[in-house]
Amino acid sequence: MDTLAPATLTATATPLVEVRKVRQVYDKGTSGSLVVLDQVDLSLKPGEVIGLLGRSGSGKSTLLRAIAGLLRPSEGEVFFQGRPVDGPTDGVSVVFQSFALFPWLTVLQNVEVGLEAQGVNAAERRKRALAAIDLIGLDGFESAYPKELSGGMRQRVGLARALVVHPKVLLMDEPFSALDVLTAETLRTDLLDLWCEGRMPIESILIVTHNIEEAVLMCDRILIFGSNPGHVIAEIRVDLPQPRNRLDPAFRVLVEDIYQRMTAKKGTQPTRDGLFPGTGIAMELPRVSTNLMSGMIEALAGDPYRGKADLPPLAASLHLGIDDLFPVAETLQLLRFAELEGGDIRLTPAGLRFSDSDVDERKRLFAQHLASYVPLAAHIRRILDERPTHRAPASRFRDELEDHMSEDYAAGTLKAVTNWARYGEYFAYDEHSDLFTLENPS
Amino acid sequence: MVFHSIDRPAQRDMAALSSSRRLPNLYDLIAIAFLVALGTLAAHGLAEMRAPMTVLAGDPIVLDPARLPEYALRTTLRMVAAILASLLFTFVVATLAAKSRRAEMLIVPALDILQSVPVLGFLTFTVTFFIGLFPDSQMGAECASIFALFTSQAWNMTFSFYQSLRTAPRDLDEVCRGFRLSAWQRFWRLEAPFAAPGLVWNTMMSMSGGWFFVVASEAITVGNTTVQLPGLGSWLAVAIDRQDVTAVVWAVLTMGVVILLYDQLIFRPIVAWADKFRFEQTASGQRPGSWVYDLVRRTRLLRKLTAPLASLWDRVLMLRLPSPRLPAMVERQSRDLSRVMDVLWIGAVAAIGAWGVWRLVTYVSASLGWADLGEAFAGDLATLVRVIVLIALASLVWVPLGVWIGLRPKVAERVQPVAQFLAAFPANVLFPVAVLAIVATGASPNIWLSPLMVLGTQWYILFNVIAGASAFPTDLREAAAVYRLGGFTWWRRVILPGIFPYYITGALTASGGSWNASIVAEVANWGDTKLEAFGLGAYIAKATEAGDFPRVILGIAVMSLFVTLFNRALWRPLTVFAEKRMRIN
Repeated sequence: MDTLAPATLTATATPLVEVRKVRQVYDKGTSGSLVVLDQVDLSLKPGEVIGLLGRSGSGKSTLLRAIAGLLRPSEGEVFFQGRPVDGPTDGVSVVFQSFALFPWLTVLQNVEVGLEAQGVNAAERRKRALAAIDLIGLDGFESAYPKELSGGMRQRVGLARALVVHPKVLLMDEPFSALDVLTAETLRTDLLDLWCEGRMPIESILIVTHNIEEAVLMCDRILIFGSNPGHVIAEIRVDLPQPRNRLDPAFRVLVEDIYQRMTAKKGTQPTRDGLFPGTGIAMELPRVSTNLMSGMIEALAGDPYRGKADLPPLAASLHLGIDDLFPVAETLQLLRFAELEGGDIRLTPAGLRFSDSDVDERKRLFAQHLASYVPLAAHIRRILDERPTHRAPASRFRDELEDHMSEDYAAGTLKAVTNWARYGEYFAYDEHSDLFTLENPS
Repeated sequence: MVFHSIDRPAQRDMAALSSSRRLPNLYDLIAIAFLVALGTLAAHGLAEMRAPMTVLAGDPIVLDPARLPEYALRTTLRMVAAILASLLFTFVVATLAAKSRRAEMLIVPALDILQSVPVLGFLTFTVTFFIGLFPDSQMGAECASIFALFTSQAWNMTFSFYQSLRTAPRDLDEVCRGFRLSAWQRFWRLEAPFAAPGLVWNTMMSMSGGWFFVVASEAITVGNTTVQLPGLGSWLAVAIDRQDVTAVVWAVLTMGVVILLYDQLIFRPIVAWADKFRFEQTASGQRPGSWVYDLVRRTRLLRKLTAPLASLWDRVLMLRLPSPRLPAMVERQSRDLSRVMDVLWIGAVAAIGAWGVWRLVTYVSASLGWADLGEAFAGDLATLVRVIVLIALASLVWVPLGVWIGLRPKVAERVQPVAQFLAAFPANVLFPVAVLAIVATGASPNIWLSPLMVLGTQWYILFNVIAGASAFPTDLREAAAVYRLGGFTWWRRVILPGIFPYYITGALTASGGSWNASIVAEVANWGDTKLEAFGLGAYIAKATEAGDFPRVILGIAVMSLFVTLFNRALWRPLTVFAEKRMRIN
């Protein structure tokens, strides 16, 4: 297997992958279109590991698929080794979050699939597949079926399958996020070892992740993505030598810095409306459970935080990734129970009161804030109040929302509000008849 | 290679062993004996099929038990031929529907309607057509019979395959595209395996219905044309004609043996083999077993002999056929143009359809009037009432029993294969027994012929309910026990919602089967005695026998319409409801 020492390549070499002004727009039917990616530029040079870091919905996976040739961006261009990408090419391999193994093929057959497509003869195929299996530490599992393997072993198969076709670029779509913490760490370390020792036949790695520490641990360069629409907020160079240590103060500073950048408010927009896309009743709301909200408020109010916490340690102590943590924090901010500022989260007086109250008082407080700060909830309530029957079909509001957002988002937003209103006993919803009402069953 | 790599360790072991171990083992002997026997039988049967028509006329069905094995063989071969034809149809048509949006617009509604057309109705037209196609040999009649079987099996298989193609997992699709598998490779690597479990299950369902129709389609009388193809169905027809009770009993026994063999030798192994294609990432506890499958897997010489075949198949799989490269990405093609094409396409299809309907209406209305339409509708209402009442009665009996059985794994294990066997057993073989009883007691045929419609189809309710009750989560049962839910509350709140989706599947299949069976069940003979119930089934059956094409068309059209409406108005909403609210994950 040919080896390529990353160190021998200079950073000024011609880029392997070049992304120019890529924009991805999805048609939302009558209500216009949804921009997922806006004006994204990127270049991937030989010998580097680049990370795309962002929350779900920031378009980073879309960008990965555009580079892989799995989808064609609405605007802009992607080049691989100087040639425009118009479909999947040799030289680019993808590792999937879900592993994407064929359950009816053995490990060996799964690894051979890519070679079969290239028409490599059986003997050569077997030889190369066994070499890749050996490299990735899957010896002895050749004839196992994926369902017999643990998650970590499955992702190793995914990795072997990607490497066996000798790609120049390895694209990894959240490769470790479906694994438990320990397994993910082992795989990460193994991959980094192989990379640093130049034992993989690849020139460059692009990894999509929502795990900040993972990005700092693995990447030479990190592109931070913001949402609505997805765009690059910042580019951070990581010059720490490998192997990196999570406890190294320099490492911590970088992590803290990234947290701050990811929670920073966009300058031009008013404080709270900028949290979620859309304004007024047309704001897209995340489906955050009220249990998580109260849990977070309680955690913040208690020791050791006493009402104010740094996000990274809070995330670590609650075992929440940024995809879980941020929506909760932002919903609390929307409801004025907390404030986000520079990577910190601080409870408001209302938030502190919430944590001190009993169940009924909490519900009352929650309903108050719902009425004041979530326009959609207030809107539904007002219409229920106005009607003599105090009933209104949910489809009416769904249609109203769909004028502003896609069907899925409209349904999700309405579900979020329904759940919050149920908790605050602000109004009720009967799934059977699809009606909002003011009565709760007594 | 398929065989190689599954058992790589086994191969290593083998290589390490002495050469004496290369000798065939006991399993080989058994398997090879089976294969030789099957091959000989098939060759013999196929040769007979091509025999000229005169042979058929000169060699009428003889009620001699010694001839039974041959008749059984001929019947089985028809079954095999039909299933192969259905599979081919499935692969081609479903793939077309899944790959081409415009083909989909045509195929999916067409299949939906074809599903509700009574199968035996087809026979009237196809017999005439196929006999014209092969005027001098039995092949024409054989084809008509096989085609009738085909129409009873193909539609749901095609639907199942189409749905699987449409729901192939996205990440695997991306792997295929990422590695640029050709359409051919993709089909065998992703689509066919993913669809296999659903297809196998549907084929099994089809097969059960198939036995019913194979019996019904061998002895065909359409106007002046009377054909009796050698087979169990014709044997039965002759036995009924001659009022030969012993011969009827022979037919019942033979049918039982044939279905048992078919199930054990062909179907169980396939189900056991298809289990590996189930799309799951974790190993499940219970796997379907088959002694034949195990036997084949244990053979040594046979596997060695078939290894070249396997590797050839493997080569074929890997072929990169020069197919027009599917657009790897959605092209930024002009949308307006595509929309105009859509409109033209729909317009053309609609025009052809309208023309067809118009031709049909003019043909039928030339000889029939409104009164005939009224008669058909009245008959259909009678049949509809029968179907509803009978499914309700069957449910009342089999749901409690099915639940009782399903909650006892030991019992379920034994009963489930029996229920599946009973579902596959063609109930029409038992009809003469019922007719005898009605004649002897002088009971009203309008009422007592009706149960024949569900005689064969009620088992679908039973085995689906058993499956549902077996799958009912233990924790929910325990919760119900802890809170001491009992009696009526337990049924209403716990088990009935739990088995509901399964019950709906079973009842839907049973109802479809009953409509089809009405054509055979509403009219029954025993020698010269003729029993008849008022209903659309009897209407179609009589028109067929008289060769009265306009009436046959009218009857079929009315029945198809009713079945489609019945499905839309009752079964589809129930299915949606079951999926949405009652599915336990």
